[in-house]
Amino acid sequence: MPNYTFVVNGKTVTVDAPADLPMLWALRDKLKVRGPKYGCGINVCKACTSHLDGEAFNPCVTPVSECAGREVTTIEGLADGDELHPVQEAWLEQDVAQCGYCQPGQIMAAVALLKKTKNPTDADIDAIENVCRCGTYFRIREAIKSAAAKMA
Amino acid sequence: MRELGYSALTPDSGLLSVARTPPPSKGFPMARPTTEPPEPGQVGRRRFLTYLVAAPTLTVATKLTADGLAPARADAVVPTLPQPAEILDLGDVLTLSCAPTAGMLVLELTADGRARLQLPRAEVGQGITTATAMLVAEELDLPLDRVDVVLSDARTELLFNQLTGGSNTMRSLYDPVRATAATARARMVAAAGAQWGTDASRLSTRDGAVWAPDGRSASYGVLAGPASRTDLTTGSVAPKAESAHTLVGTPTSRKDARAMVTGTQVYTLDLDVPGANPVMVRRPPTINGTVRKVNNEAAVRAMPGIIDIAVVPTGVAVMAETFGQALDGKNALDVTWGPGTVDGEDNETIKKKLRAAALPFVVPPLLTQYVDGEFDFAFASHAPMESNSAVADVREDSATIWAGLKSPIVAKQTIAQELGLPENKVTVHVQQGGGSFGRRLFFDAALEAAHISKAMKKPVRLMWSRIDDMRHGRARAASYHRIRATFALGQVLTFEHRVASVETDWSHGLGEILTAYAAKLPVGGNLGFAQTVFLLTVKSPYNFGVTTQLLNEVPLKFHTSAWRSVYSANTRGAEEIMVDEIAKKLGKDPVQFRREFVKSDRQRAVLDKVAELGEWGKKMPAGFAQGVAVHGEYKSYTACLVELDARDPKHPRVTKATIAVDVGKPVNPRGVQAQMLGGLTDAISTTLTAGLHIDRGLPLEGSYSQFHYARQKNSPMDVQVHVMPATGDDIGGAGELGLPAPVGAIANAYARATGTRPRSFPITFPVDFDPFPR
Repeated sequence: MPNYTFVVNGKTVTVDAPADLPMLWALRDKLKVRGPKYGCGINVCKACTSHLDGEAFNPCVTPVSECAGREVTTIEGLADGDELHPVQEAWLEQDVAQCGYCQPGQIMAAVALLKKTKNPTDADIDAIENVCRCGTYFRIREAIKSAAAKMA
Repeated sequence: MRELGYSALTPDSGLLSVARTPPPSKGFPMARPTTEPPEPGQVGRRRFLTYLVAAPTLTVATKLTADGLAPARADAVVPTLPQPAEILDLGDVLTLSCAPTAGMLVLELTADGRARLQLPRAEVGQGITTATAMLVAEELDLPLDRVDVVLSDARTELLFNQLTGGSNTMRSLYDPVRATAATARARMVAAAGAQWGTDASRLSTRDGAVWAPDGRSASYGVLAGPASRTDLTTGSVAPKAESAHTLVGTPTSRKDARAMVTGTQVYTLDLDVPGANPVMVRRPPTINGTVRKVNNEAAVRAMPGIIDIAVVPTGVAVMAETFGQALDGKNALDVTWGPGTVDGEDNETIKKKLRAAALPFVVPPLLTQYVDGEFDFAFASHAPMESNSAVADVREDSATIWAGLKSPIVAKQTIAQELGLPENKVTVHVQQGGGSFGRRLFFDAALEAAHISKAMKKPVRLMWSRIDDMRHGRARAASYHRIRATFALGQVLTFEHRVASVETDWSHGLGEILTAYAAKLPVGGNLGFAQTVFLLTVKSPYNFGVTTQLLNEVPLKFHTSAWRSVYSANTRGAEEIMVDEIAKKLGKDPVQFRREFVKSDRQRAVLDKVAELGEWGKKMPAGFAQGVAVHGEYKSYTACLVELDARDPKHPRVTKATIAVDVGKPVNPRGVQAQMLGGLTDAISTTLTAGLHIDRGLPLEGSYSQFHYARQKNSPMDVQVHVMPATGDDIGGAGELGLPAPVGAIANAYARATGTRPRSFPITFPVDFDPFPR
């Protein structure tokens, strides 16, 4: 099997995997990076949302070969040591999470949005498609707005 | 000091006659009463016996005695006769069933000054680990961040006291957890008093330490050892007066939130069990279909990463190095299948059967004015984000299971039976779950993983694909409703509701609870479990004269499970639509009409609150409307007022929601708000867009792109949840309360905005996708 080398959360790693193995399973099963979650496997629920070279991507439909030589950030790599990212802080302040399973993906999607759009409108937030089956959407919306205000 | 075995912990009451006498428990071989005789603590009407468990540091266990068991009686005289659920509801039954074993609540105080509560419940997002930690922190005067709550393994000695359902956790555990923690505090005080030669009554506790009047202090960590000495006695122990609570009742954030936002919260498939490799299962093309023959096993075994293949009762299991490869292997399998149990069924055949099954009305529409309504609700997948999953390690003579389980005892017993192992050789670890909504009452994945591990002779990490979870997982049963109300002279004379539903599976342990307590239930006759649950949960909040609500089930073998709020979302939702229609016929405003006819002042108060905060009656632009509804259940009350944008009637959006909720005693108002927000989103989804189309014995929907659970773009921009202050009444349920009122409010807003009468739910329900292959 071919080897692929890339950076995950600041650390260079090499995995032995078929070229078409979805990155989600390279992360979860081979590297034991378990923050990104499986929810659908077809880029519909977005629970696995992480960053590839700083942009939101969905590892469940991205072959490991596409990530070679690139930089992957998962939820585990978002905080700076014990210092949380402002979006994570906002999530705590709004007490967003219920079951918590989708929240790594929600947070990574929100961080990606705020990178591009400093002051997102309701319509910008509506465009986030990540499913939250506990229905925490309103608190997510409030958390994104509060993080935007703090990061301004 | 006498060594007491388990039998001494069981209450001396008539209740024992209906509970099996459990075998001596390994977990409590050294339980002793804290004093002779054990001192009672008093909480309200309930008295407790607390025991000291022999351990290096303080460990106490508490049981509820039989005299605390009388359920609260409805004492108001009302024009409509009290319905069963008003006298004793499902939550009361669950509380009753927990009482003989509440003694198994265990609280440890450790040498590092932390408290650790073993919670015999499942945390699936409802926030009970935080709420119970608050109770412990409050009683102990210990900072919340020094309280740990861990989920208990399946413990068969707990009998019925390990079922998470019926919105019952805080109702059943509020008193026992406080009593347990109060005893621990008393022993800390006694230990410090003994060291200092000071009378315990002169000592106080704060910040995790005992303090003397002269300023000396000793931390709980230091006292945890001395406080565990069996020769230490305490006086009578009572929990704090509720009026002295400083943490309980205040909005508090989740204890596990930081783990969740940093990706370190561990769910079942995040566990690393040595040697456990990923497994997925190829499932039949129709529900409950069977494997006849695997036609290409050798070819699939030769695929990259495939480790093993085994036929199990539910399909063909494929183990691989990664889930991605297991999925490829499962998809490549060529299997000849036998028929399932509902192969000929689709949405239309089911609707027809349900219509035929609805019991007839009693009151003919003669002489009086009347309104009739017929409603139907589609199947709805529970669809928790974490799909069905389990880890299992089955050996020759033992088995260990890890899964999110709300009924782990029945899971353990069933798995032991199916594996041919004694129960005490099966260990079931309860993992925190990624959502449930009723789904994890069943243990399908745990049982399947056990079968696969046994067949493959290897530990397994089993994950259901989302498609399988939606198609072969469980769902809320489809239902059909016929409602008739008669009225004259401005009064509603009769209100009849006939519900016909596809059979809901109750085989996860609740059935046994109801059987055990049958003699105490306020429902007579030879009712089945489903009718019993229906009558213990569904009640009309109105004085509508002669009121009857009846359920009849159609025995179709779909995979079902109670879905958040069980029968109430559909049943009460449909009724709230009828209430608007009755009000209209009588020429009354929906809020005024409800104010006039609701039975309870508490119900009226939450209605008034949403009418005020949500500005009921304000002018809305064309295509927009407000809608309102109320609901009462599990001794709690709520009302919801929504604003709906239905300018495009096919794609309506709830733009604003105002909710008021009275749970009697909100332990964590922030958690109660979260539950109501979840109920609102469930209502938005199932009322407007989310349902399953059954086609030739299988749901067509296979992912969130097809089963249209709400997303951010479907969620209101403005939500206000007002938690009513504690009323002094008993604590009520919150987990399921939040769904039925918004169902009615959204449908009523839709009716007003569009001038239609919504009857079939979800309202927008096309097959707008290409179904995945079977």
